[in-house]
Amino acid sequence: MTNPNPLTEADVIKVASLARLELRPDEVATFTEQLGSVLGHAQDIAALNLEGLSPMAHPFDLENVLREDVVTPSLDRDAVLAAAPDAAEHRFRVGRILGEAP
Amino acid sequence: MSAWETIIGLEVHCELKTATKLFCGCPNMFGDEPNTNCCPVCLGLPGSLPVLNKGAVELAIRIGLALNCTVAPSTFHRKNYFYPDMPKDYQISQYDQPLNAGGWIDLPEGSRVGITRAHMEEDTGKSTHLGGTGRIHGADSSLIDYNRSGVPLVEIVSEPDMRSGVQARAYVAELRAILVAVGATDGRMEEGSMRVDANVSVRKPGDPFGTRCEIKNLNSLRSLQRAIEYEAARQIDLIEAGERVVQETRHFDEQTGRTGTMRSKEEATDYRYFPEPDLVPLNPSRAWIDEIRSNLAPLPKARREHLLAAVGEVTPALVDLVATVVDRDLDTLVSAAINAGAPAQLAIARAANELDADGVLPSPASFAGTCQLEASGRLSATQAKQVLAALLDEPHGDPAAIADRLGFVAMDDGALDTVLDAAIADHPSEWQRYCDGDDKLAQFFVGKVMAATKGKANGKAVIAAIAARRP
Repeated sequence: MTNPNPLTEADVIKVASLARLELRPDEVATFTEQLGSVLGHAQDIAALNLEGLSPMAHPFDLENVLREDVVTPSLDRDAVLAAAPDAAEHRFRVGRILGEAP
Repeated sequence: MSAWETIIGLEVHCELKTATKLFCGCPNMFGDEPNTNCCPVCLGLPGSLPVLNKGAVELAIRIGLALNCTVAPSTFHRKNYFYPDMPKDYQISQYDQPLNAGGWIDLPEGSRVGITRAHMEEDTGKSTHLGGTGRIHGADSSLIDYNRSGVPLVEIVSEPDMRSGVQARAYVAELRAILVAVGATDGRMEEGSMRVDANVSVRKPGDPFGTRCEIKNLNSLRSLQRAIEYEAARQIDLIEAGERVVQETRHFDEQTGRTGTMRSKEEATDYRYFPEPDLVPLNPSRAWIDEIRSNLAPLPKARREHLLAAVGEVTPALVDLVATVVDRDLDTLVSAAINAGAPAQLAIARAANELDADGVLPSPASFAGTCQLEASGRLSATQAKQVLAALLDEPHGDPAAIADRLGFVAMDDGALDTVLDAAIADHPSEWQRYCDGDDKLAQFFVGKVMAATKGKANGKAVIAAIAARRP
């Protein structure tokens, strides 16, 4: 790797907390190194001379992939809820939520 | 000490009236049985892929054009968060490249509010919190219905251009009328078709913006105005007491009329936006945008101006009546009636006050005919309203024939004189006081004549006859 690790352990702890993951100290060290090497690769690209190239929104050279506004069958509710860890009153049951959705 | 200025910017979420969801073919239908409109895409099952709904894009472009925005090439992003109302753990939204940006709305009272952007995103599922108070705090578990998950939304973000709760209310009312006029939404705030978040801060005029608070999920025009007025007063009290406003998200309690803390900035979410790899860019062609523009229905402002152009003298009361007529979609009928010979002012007033846009409407010719009979004095105002009511059973009925059938014979002057003579004879002391200058008693005698004629007398003629008798 050509660059020093662009990621700190504090970054990893913050990202883990946003994703609701609880990491042990040795895991924080492992992921700091692994994620750092991914970001390091991105830095390699940033080091290239990209003048005159426009940013790429998607690797495929496609746009406006659209479907008509026509109803297609939904899944059977019993089958859907049978796959859920918990259900009640024909709805998914989940644990207590802290705060509210955006 | 100079007065405080309230600064308001609004975010309005509008559910689009499509047949299907934004990224899958499940029905977009309010009020269906829970979890019956779900598929692998809107349940976030592994391996499923979203495909953008062309109908939703068209409605979003209609909104952008109606709000004077520039429609631009755009991309979709993932907005990551961990609440269970989105089964994917992210919401597909637009971030730095929204579909519509840089527009404005002119409000009926004359002010202009800037539109920052109007971008596409998907709605979340609906959570019901069990236990505790029903609000999230204190709930021990939640039930989720994913029927709404993936329903197309356009989020319309205004500039911080509004200065009062009344103006914010007028903005949402006009925005709603525009969205309904272009067929983008049914505009039912009570069903959540439109949801409003308000950013509120206060400052002394000329100062930089103060710290703002965001009030979430205001579901009626009345709540919006009350919440803003309460929140501005709360912030002013804090500052004047030497404290400071803390940036936070608050909710409005309809019962108490107060706002309360929902979450503070310390726990503010970091959404880690990144480009949605499963969707390619959206770049509507100039031809498509032009086609949508040419098919755009007339907007409320143009419709109001069209109707006002038909009347001679424009009064504030008439402006209000015209706003009501357009708001209820009665302007086409009124214009047709005016073209058929109805006096414009009378047709506007009768439509605004007597017709129900959601019910049966009279034909333009029958409506015009009724207005003409009233204007000529053949029918009193009371009788004209009864003829309009009768036209609901026969929308194409002949107003004159209906009036005859109801026994509405125009009173001749002689008959009116007789009734008025009797009223004066029965109430000599009231008549004397009227003659001595107590003008209020004119109305007393109008009432007596109307009662004696069961509303058949023409009000204007009665007033004139009473005035003529005064010595």
